[in-house]
Amino acid sequence: MHPERPTTSDQRLIFEGIVRSVEFFRDTNIDFLGKKWYFLTFSLIFSVAGVLSMAFWHGIPLGVDFRGGTLVYVKYAHTPDPSAIHNEIERAGLKNARVQRYGPATSNEVLIALDIQETSEQDLSKGKDQIKQALESNAVPGRQDLNNSSSLTILNHLLEKDPLHLGTGADANPRYTAVAQAIVNYRDKVKSGVLGSIDELKTVVDPAVVVSLQDSFFVSDFGIRNVEIVGPQVGQQLRKQAVLATLYSLGGMLIYLGFRFEWIYGVAAVLTVFHDTLITVGAFSLLNWEISLTVIAAILTLIGYSNNDTIVVFDRIRENIKLLRRDKLSDIVNKSINQTLSRTILTAGLTFLTVLALFLFGGEVLHGFSFALVIGILIGTYSSIAIAAPILVAYQEWRAGRGKTPIAMPVRPGSGPTQPKEKVKV
Amino acid sequence: MNKNLTWKLVVIVAILLVFLAGIFGVPKEWTGKGLLASITDRIHLGLDLRGGTHLILQVQVNDAVNVDSDNVVERLKEDLRKHKVNYADISKPDPVNHPETIVVKGVPPDQSSDFKNLIPSDYDAASGAENSWTVSMKAQSLADLKNRAVAQAIETIRNRIDQLGVSEPVIQEHGLGQYQILVQLPGVDDPARVKDIMQSTAMLAIKQVLGGPYSSQAQAMQDQPNGLLPPDSIILPGTARASGDQNAGETWYVVSRSSAITGRDLRDAQPSQDQNGQPAVGFSLTGDGGRKFFAFTSEHVKDRLGVILDNKVQSVATIDEPIHDQGIIKGRFTLQEVQDQCMVLRSGALPASIKYLEERTVGPSLGADSIRSGVRAAMVGMLAVLIFMLIYYRWAGVNADIALILNLVILLGFMGYFGAVLTLPGIAGVILTVGMGVDSNVLIFERIREELRNGKTPPSAVEQGFGHAWITIVDTHVTTIVSAAILFIFGTGPVKGFATTLVFGLAANLFTAVFVSRVIFDWILSRKQRGEALSI
Repeated sequence: MHPERPTTSDQRLIFEGIVRSVEFFRDTNIDFLGKKWYFLTFSLIFSVAGVLSMAFWHGIPLGVDFRGGTLVYVKYAHTPDPSAIHNEIERAGLKNARVQRYGPATSNEVLIALDIQETSEQDLSKGKDQIKQALESNAVPGRQDLNNSSSLTILNHLLEKDPLHLGTGADANPRYTAVAQAIVNYRDKVKSGVLGSIDELKTVVDPAVVVSLQDSFFVSDFGIRNVEIVGPQVGQQLRKQAVLATLYSLGGMLIYLGFRFEWIYGVAAVLTVFHDTLITVGAFSLLNWEISLTVIAAILTLIGYSNNDTIVVFDRIRENIKLLRRDKLSDIVNKSINQTLSRTILTAGLTFLTVLALFLFGGEVLHGFSFALVIGILIGTYSSIAIAAPILVAYQEWRAGRGKTPIAMPVRPGSGPTQPKEKVKV
Repeated sequence: MNKNLTWKLVVIVAILLVFLAGIFGVPKEWTGKGLLASITDRIHLGLDLRGGTHLILQVQVNDAVNVDSDNVVERLKEDLRKHKVNYADISKPDPVNHPETIVVKGVPPDQSSDFKNLIPSDYDAASGAENSWTVSMKAQSLADLKNRAVAQAIETIRNRIDQLGVSEPVIQEHGLGQYQILVQLPGVDDPARVKDIMQSTAMLAIKQVLGGPYSSQAQAMQDQPNGLLPPDSIILPGTARASGDQNAGETWYVVSRSSAITGRDLRDAQPSQDQNGQPAVGFSLTGDGGRKFFAFTSEHVKDRLGVILDNKVQSVATIDEPIHDQGIIKGRFTLQEVQDQCMVLRSGALPASIKYLEERTVGPSLGADSIRSGVRAAMVGMLAVLIFMLIYYRWAGVNADIALILNLVILLGFMGYFGAVLTLPGIAGVILTVGMGVDSNVLIFERIREELRNGKTPPSAVEQGFGHAWITIVDTHVTTIVSAAILFIFGTGPVKGFATTLVFGLAANLFTAVFVSRVIFDWILSRKQRGEALSI
């Protein structure tokens, strides 16, 4: 606080020790509260843009988890042609399928999506089966597709045909299990899921096995990587649960903070988190990115995380109110934000680093999840400084305007701002 | 070093060892491969990482209620006749939505007490307008019956899946929905056959065939006396196989309502062959069932018998001579169909039909890719944090890095001990734990720097730094753990895995960032001269 103060030699030594280390944001003195109108404008622009997009443009783009429907992710051995695939599927009777490239261009993947109208609980996987059939253009009647068979299917085939003539002895099952596993491993790990021909297996398993496989299997030019089919009932159930989980989470924060601080701190923190959630969901709406279950998980995490920053600032405000009773609340708040600024920026930066690593390297499956975290951490850090504290001060000023004593900290018996003489000036 | 500090160090090393054992167990061999094998033995990968099928299915519990109330209707008719209580009509007005409700019309008022005495104990009777009575199952009995149906369905499905050779399946009630069951089948990414096997209700009955095959339901009705179906017979569809002609189209049979034997009388079912050497389902009956069947077939020589599976007539045969306890079900089955059919018959009938509500399949190649990218992201994120801490806090950064690594060891050890499942979002949870866990260290270190700047000596700055930051750290951890716990309750599969790692990680962080870090500081301070600078 006062580094220029005369110090003993011991302390000078310590101080030099500090100076040599890296340090950002030391002794900042920024008037954050004075800039509250800029902050408010910034927040309003983003919130309103998000809300407008939710209301009039993209809506809230719900993923298959909440909307219901069928998603089939297919990986091809060659560069896929979405419009040709679309035609094949259309010929099979699925008129409204969406076909799009997925992931990096080199991965040869497409995503085929069916609406909830084509996903019925009476026969949940019908759409997927139709898609699979339509794509297996080189299907041989009576044979199975080796590129879309699990090791269990292959094992059953081997046990039935017994190409290695092991009989029904005790070692037949483990031997064939190992063979089936070797085939699947070669296909999935070496050939990334798609075999070009059954002959390729000659390097991996006994030729007798390959011959036997050729009798009962064929290979298509694709492998199904991932299937998600959600019926209407589960979609509705998950929607309800996501909303409930978010509300419970916010309610939990409100109660805990109300209990640890004063209720207005809880309200300020929850309003702040709500602001963060709104902007994050708004970003998804503006970009028209689908909100999946994992995105909701990310948002719930943000509710907890964004509160961290707010709590650190509030804790410091509470501490400073005890120390600096004669200062104006807005000065105390400004001082508290400045004192914790270095910590706030540092930890946000570090968490941001990890989340950025997830976003860049975590793969396609986690994209929505890590994007929500990237946005949320930026907004959450900003809002704990720019939204939470001003709400607190604004409330006190409003109370003072009505001639009431401010609530700034929990009442401690015998001291504290509730005693008239020592009340915090606002 | 003082005694207190020594003890704390011992505690830390002991905890480190305990949790290392949680991750690795006691490895069979001390090589890289042996260690990896013992990790995968203890920390299980979720479906999204190892590939497999996730299914949510719903037990149509009303089926089970309908079976019960149908029985009550039959029994009531009999009892009312026996006790000479008059009635005009007895029926179930809404078997789809209210299978538990039976309406009896036209009971004379002077017989109402006799009528009430005949109501089974788990049903209530309420009188309504025009001498009618509404008989419904008691709420408690209804709930019990429904829950029993779900429990029984879980048991049956487990029996079936166990016979399929799926390793480590999960079959449990899905508490977030109504009468739903969650089934996870690791390694099965072409679930069509497994789904068929699970869904087969396997309700077996052998009944006398009274008429048929007919080409339509209407034709079957026309063949009845006065066009009315006698109360003791029912009309059932037949499979194409039953008539022995693949091109026969629709077939319908009139069969007796009561069954000669049902699935409960079955002792075993094994693949067998018919006289033409075609695959057929061979079955044998229990002692009681055999006696019943012998009595029945003795009485009905030259009559026709129908084998009815899941309310479809599978095969019809004429009784040539009394049968004791063996029989076969013929049809144009493939060998695989016969094997599957035997298996579901052995595992017992489902108490109610099931419906699939959700199906997710992850192929193993996607799982392998996900592990690769998840681990890469985790490594990059973690290294970035560790290196930053070293640069920014120097020796204290080493302290923080030790605490973070211990944090991860405890997190993974917890997962090993609790048999928790690691999913892709779970890996993300591990990375986030690093990012959020380091928050505690930053809070403490910044506070210590501030106290040093305010002129405090290193020991007192450390003391103050930890003291002040502690409360804040508890607050921030509680809020994050609250949201993660809510996720744990509401989530399934991958999301639950995320909540698990986050909760365990943050709980461990309370210990490592505060206790371990403090001990390391104390240890460093104990080796320094009074007033010597602290590297932070």
